[in-house]
Amino acid sequence: MLTIGLAHYLTVGAILFVLGVFGIFMNRKNVIVILMSVELILLSVNLNLVAFSARLDDLAGQVFAMFILTVAAAEAAIGLAIVVIYFRNRGTIEVEDVSTLRG
Amino acid sequence: MNWQIALPEIVLAVCACAILVAGVIPKRDTTFPVAMACIGAMLLAGVLVLMQGEGTGFGGQYVADDFSAFMKILALAAAALSLLVALDWNAKEGLNRFEFPVLVLLATLGMMVMISANDLMTLYLGLELLSLPLYVLAAFDRDNPRSAEAGLKYFVLGALASGLLLYGASLVYGFAGTTNFDRLADALSAEGGASAGVVVGIVFIIAALAFKISAVPFHMWTPDVYEGAPVTVTAFFSAAPKVAAIALLVRVLAGPFGDTAGQWQQIIVLASLGSMVLGAFAAIGQSNIKRLMAYSSIGHVGFTLMGLAVGGESGLRGVLVYIAIYVAMNMGAFAVLVAMRRGGRAVEQVDDLAGLGRTDPMMALAMAVFMFSMAGIPPLAGFFAKLYVLLPAVEQGFWLLATVAVLSSVVSAYYYLRIVKVMYFDAALPALDARPAGVSVVLGATGLFTTFFFLFPAPLLAAARQAVAALIG
Repeated sequence: MLTIGLAHYLTVGAILFVLGVFGIFMNRKNVIVILMSVELILLSVNLNLVAFSARLDDLAGQVFAMFILTVAAAEAAIGLAIVVIYFRNRGTIEVEDVSTLRG
Repeated sequence: MNWQIALPEIVLAVCACAILVAGVIPKRDTTFPVAMACIGAMLLAGVLVLMQGEGTGFGGQYVADDFSAFMKILALAAAALSLLVALDWNAKEGLNRFEFPVLVLLATLGMMVMISANDLMTLYLGLELLSLPLYVLAAFDRDNPRSAEAGLKYFVLGALASGLLLYGASLVYGFAGTTNFDRLADALSAEGGASAGVVVGIVFIIAALAFKISAVPFHMWTPDVYEGAPVTVTAFFSAAPKVAAIALLVRVLAGPFGDTAGQWQQIIVLASLGSMVLGAFAAIGQSNIKRLMAYSSIGHVGFTLMGLAVGGESGLRGVLVYIAIYVAMNMGAFAVLVAMRRGGRAVEQVDDLAGLGRTDPMMALAMAVFMFSMAGIPPLAGFFAKLYVLLPAVEQGFWLLATVAVLSSVVSAYYYLRIVKVMYFDAALPALDARPAGVSVVLGATGLFTTFFFLFPAPLLAAARQAVAALIG
């Protein structure tokens, strides 16, 4: 019988984190996908914190996770607002078009 | 619970909420009174910081000492100066919204929380309280595609940096068993304290903070955001948030992770070398002066990181002196950038300064002082800033760092002096519009400080020494 231990949670957390980072850098299509990738990164962190918290028998990790959830909501709101004004100006949210500023 | 430790921040938060409400109720435009109220709130917070005692509060999550007082005063001064510079420009560009000063005030609150953080949780909350207003400010000129793009880029990369920071914080928490800086220091100084997990976590945290201070290799957002954002926002970005992020980096690396210096010192050395070289070479080909200042700020961050890499009492003192002088000359240079308006329109090419020496001799003189100072020419303040980070590096035998620092300083002198040459020797363009009073005040104050620092260096040096003593005991 397989028991699910700390290592399993950390592995899932690491996989989610890497998926999120790759989602930001490899994605060439849509800015919304980037916002989803950011959420994925934050969720992987939450998973890590809660797993560590249970392992260490210490509440700080869960409190930290609560703070992250709250801030992530505010961050997503601001991110979507910026995407909206960007769309109003340019009429597109393709990642490849975000390149007026360079040099 | 010792809540008075956070009194300046509590006052600032209450003021920000009250000012926001007071600004939205009247039917007429309230930008000017709101901005004055915000500057007043910053002054009040500054007085409270100076009057405050030392100690930790909130279960050890929050700390007030000489180091936090030094950095908070610096951050408050930089924020207040950038507000003073911004008012007139925003009004002329149709950005006359009262939210601007309130957002600056909230970002300043975030900086103060960061500077006083004594726990990974406080660190994260302060950093986000700083970052969220900054994302909005970068996109503040919301009908301008370039500003919207700057906001979008800053948001995406900033959110990624926050993610890296959190992942690092979760690893440090898991492998060291605590998020509190004091207990982390105890845990890591024990025999075999820094496990591989902790080291990986530290690297993630350093990467995220390097992003916030725009050190190489996490600098790529800086030129784009500096160029795209309105110049008044860039003026704010280039000084105050850097003070807070450097303060945080110094506190984290010299405090809880001080005993693992062997693991992170190489990273800071590499970031410092890369930033100095990139800041020197990439700015050479720039014609947009905001972009040029972005690369210049990357170079200056490289110099501050050199002090951090060397470490010890003298190295950290060099960091503090450097960042204080950088704030003064940078705010002065940006005051000139804000005053660059011709025929009612903002201009931002280096060539637009042509002939300023004849059309506005006082401003040209001030700009020349800032440029010479940034290039590190004695007896201006910038020379002493570089001196106080170079001396410890040489004394401790960091020859590679010191050599690269001097050489990159020579290379960067080229583009600083080019601005002086354009102002004094190129065929004059029509005069710039009359500069607003706020710009003149900031130009005068920072210009006098930069020019005459060599006569009165003792107070700043003494304050920096005291701050470092509070940090490393």
